[in-house]
Order: sequence, then structure tokens, then C-alpha cells
Amino acid sequence: MALLETRGLTAFYGDFQALYGIDTMLQAGETIAIIGANGAGKSTYLKSIAGLIRGAADSVRFEGAPIGATSAAEIMKRGIALVPEGRRLFPSLCVEENLLVGRYGREAPGPWSLGRIYELFPGIKTRRNSASTTLSGGEQQMVAIGRALISNPRVLLCDEISLGLAPIVVRALYEALRHIKAAGTSMILVEQDIAQAIKVSDRIYCFQEGRLSLSGRPSELSREQIHLAYFGT
Amino acid sequence: MAVWANALIQGILLGGLYALFAAGLSLIFGIMRLVNLAHGDLIVLAAFIILTIATWLGLDPFAAMLAALPIMFVAGFALQHLLLNRTLGRDLLPPLLVTFGLSIIIENGLLELFSADSRRLHGGAIETTSFALGPDVAVGVVQLLTLASAVAVILALNVVFYRTALGRAFRATSDDLEIAQLMGIDHPRIFSLAMGLSFIVLTIAALYLGMHANFDPTIGPQRLLYAFEAVIVGGLGSFWGTLFGGIIIGIAQTIGAQLNPEWQILGGHVAFLAVLVFKPRGLFPRTTD
Repeated sequence: MALLETRGLTAFYGDFQALYGIDTMLQAGETIAIIGANGAGKSTYLKSIAGLIRGAADSVRFEGAPIGATSAAEIMKRGIALVPEGRRLFPSLCVEENLLVGRYGREAPGPWSLGRIYELFPGIKTRRNSASTTLSGGEQQMVAIGRALISNPRVLLCDEISLGLAPIVVRALYEALRHIKAAGTSMILVEQDIAQAIKVSDRIYCFQEGRLSLSGRPSELSREQIHLAYFGT
Repeated sequence: MAVWANALIQGILLGGLYALFAAGLSLIFGIMRLVNLAHGDLIVLAAFIILTIATWLGLDPFAAMLAALPIMFVAGFALQHLLLNRTLGRDLLPPLLVTFGLSIIIENGLLELFSADSRRLHGGAIETTSFALGPDVAVGVVQLLTLASAVAVILALNVVFYRTALGRAFRATSDDLEIAQLMGIDHPRIFSLAMGLSFIVLTIAALYLGMHANFDPTIGPQRLLYAFEAVIVGGLGSFWGTLFGGIIIGIAQTIGAQLNPEWQILGGHVAFLAVLVFKPRGLFPRTTD
């Protein structure tokens, strides 16, 4: 049985349909990447899994249970954590409080604690009492990942963690993702940086205008196939 | 000179009462951006509940207030859970209209139950006990207790907000409701807990309202006005700001009264308008807003 599965997932913003019948599957311990151009529906897909957009209960199943109509707070408690696009740290909380609030709804045993997160991202430990708004973009992203990890989720959803960051910072973040994967956490990465995403992923899904245009193992897919699925031409 | 020193001290003490009126309002606005227009009437309602408990059980007002606290916490939680959570959203108008309607219902309900007669919470000898700070300056024990309670309430709220997981959840919800849900924060429950906490604070305010002066069912809106002024003078989102806002309104009122007995209320409003003109965000606004 898949750890997380979407079946015929659709999503709407008012009258606008953003996703058309998306079928995806994530096995325990696996990392999958969702790639696609702007507006392809990648973030909508993650929001639908995290409960920020609700749809038909059966369209998302986690550990066999339908969660498509479940609230975001309840989904987090069950073990799915989202690192949102744009970091979105809480401005009135300092760095350490931002990390600690991540386990408000769920304190599950597992590899991730405050100390382990500081080991993963030593740079933010020295800024632990700083206002989160004073951090660089890369440091804010590390806090956002730490905030999602601290609840020891079974599935970590990462939405465009490389967006707007320098290549050296992106490499550091993807190195951290390798550690997270090695610790046994399953991940879904939404990325525009295809090269980075492919390196850490077991399988990729490509979205185009709300539809699934390609899926497979990175080693089985050619550049041309990915290019065609990504741009449509 | 002594009369002005006395006016200043009495103003500070009066400010404690206004800070108590304002703290619950500040808390609710800070977390859920809800302007509770029924806040003043809820304080009066709490005063009547304390009076009823004190009368029925033969308790002094302090013990009756302690007995009222759990009742009021549950009432606040239930009010938010069953009614006010349904009004919250992008539109600010529904909660304003609903709390305005609630204030009318409470006021008229109290008039029906208790009539328009003035009441008072009788604290016994403590009401008339005072000690002299100088030849023309005396401090009442009830007034001093009011200020001490205001400081204690503000301190306690700061501990809850800045030293506990619940406080982090309150602040996270206030910052970004959508992302707070991703932390497993059940925001309707958080809002209900916040309203319960606000009811505890307003019940403490009600005790001193009833011991300072007479009260009747119609005085709620004026207490709401003082509370608003204290919150805005202090700066939105800051509990210590609310305390100082209350003290500034209190001092302005006693100095106004010292100049001319008819200018007491006017003095507070003038101070409020002056702050709005020169520091529209209040004296101690939260820096992250």
C-alpha cells in the first residue's frame, strides 16, 4: 500500500479549475519531485494534500485513509508537514519560537528534535533568538524546513525551496534534504529547478496546465521527454 | 502643588481600572482582529454575575469574583465557539454587527432582570481604607489593588503569550492564519480559548468596576469607549502599551477634573485625540505590524 496517494485529484479556485484528475503515488521512504512551468498546478497539488484546499475525501489517501476533505490542522497531526512557498515564517516569533511552534499539533517520536535541527542547520542556531524577519532568505528557508521537520512528519512537502536563493545556498539546502531522506522521511518536492530535484528524487511527475504530462524514474526519462512534458512543445 | 501630585497619583490608579477594561479587548483584537463592541456590556454583565453570587452565597466580592471566573471562561469559550467564529472572515462587518447586537441584548436583558437601579459591590472596610502619602495626598486601598491587579493581569498575559506553547500558537495565528493551520493549530479552538481568557480578564475588571463606583445596566458603552481609548493610545498589539494607555487616559481625566470638575471625561478624550494626531499608531505599537 502506498504511503500517500492521489486519485483523480481535482482543485478549483472559484470557477477556475487548477487540477484535472491527478494520479500520483508516494511509497514509504521515497522522494518524488513534481516539476512543471509556472501555473502548472504544482503548488495547488501540495496545498490539496496539506488540506489548505479541500476536495473529495477519496481523492487523497494517506496510509489508506481518505484525507481529501480533512482540515489542514488535522492532516498535520496525522504526519504530513508542508514547507510553504515563500517561507512564510511568523514575523512576531523569533527563530527558535518559529521552530517550536512547528510541533504544536504533533509531538511524535522520531529523528528530529530542536538539537538535531540545529545540527542540520548550524547557521540558524547562532540566530536562535533573533527576529525571523532579520534572517537572510537562505536562513529563513532553513527555519521553514526545520519548522516542518520538528513534528517528525511521515511525509515532508517542500514547495519551491530554491526559489530566489543563490546557487550555493540551494546546494546546501539540497544537501540537507539528502540527510532528511536518509533519516527515513518521505518527501514530495515541488521544484522549477529540475536539475536539483532530479538528483534527489526516486521518481518525477511533470505537470502541464493542471494535468499530469509525464511520470517515471529519472534514469528512464530523456531530456527531450522532460522538455516536451514541461513546455508542451 | 500637592493637589496636582494628588491628581497625578489618582490618575495613575484610575488608569489601572481602564487598563483592566482594555486588556481583554486588546487580547481579542490582537489575535483575531475582532473588535468586540459588546466588551463594555460584558464587563457590566460580569459585575452583575459577581453581585448575584455574592448575594446568594453571602460571599465578599473577591470570593464571588473567583467563583465567577470559571463560569465566565466557559461562557466566553462558548460564545466564540457557537457564535463569533461563524462571523469571522475577510469581511470585518459581520463581527461588528453581531457584537453590536449582542451589546443591545445584554443591556436590555440586564434591565429586564435587574431594573435600572444602581448597584454596588460592597467590599466592607477595605472600601474606605486609605493611607496618606503626604499632607494632601491619600491613596485608597481598593484603588491601589486595582492598579496592582492590572499590572498582575498584564504580566500574566505576557507570560502566557511569550513563555508558553499556547502563547506561540496565539501569536502564530495572529501573524498568518493559513500557515498556523499547517502547524496543527486548530484556529477556531484557539479563538475560543482566547475569548475565554478575555472573559477572565473582564471579570477581574468587573470586580473593580463594581467596587469603585455604582453601576447599572446602561453604563457598558462608556466603559467600552475608555477601553478603546486605552488600547489605541497604548498601541495595538502591546499589553504593556495597553497598561500605559489606560494610565494616560486616567491621568488626563483626573487632571481635567482638577482644572474644572466638568472636564474629567473631556480630559481623557483630549489626550486620546492628541495621541491620534501626533502618534496615530499609538505610543507603543507592536513593531512587526
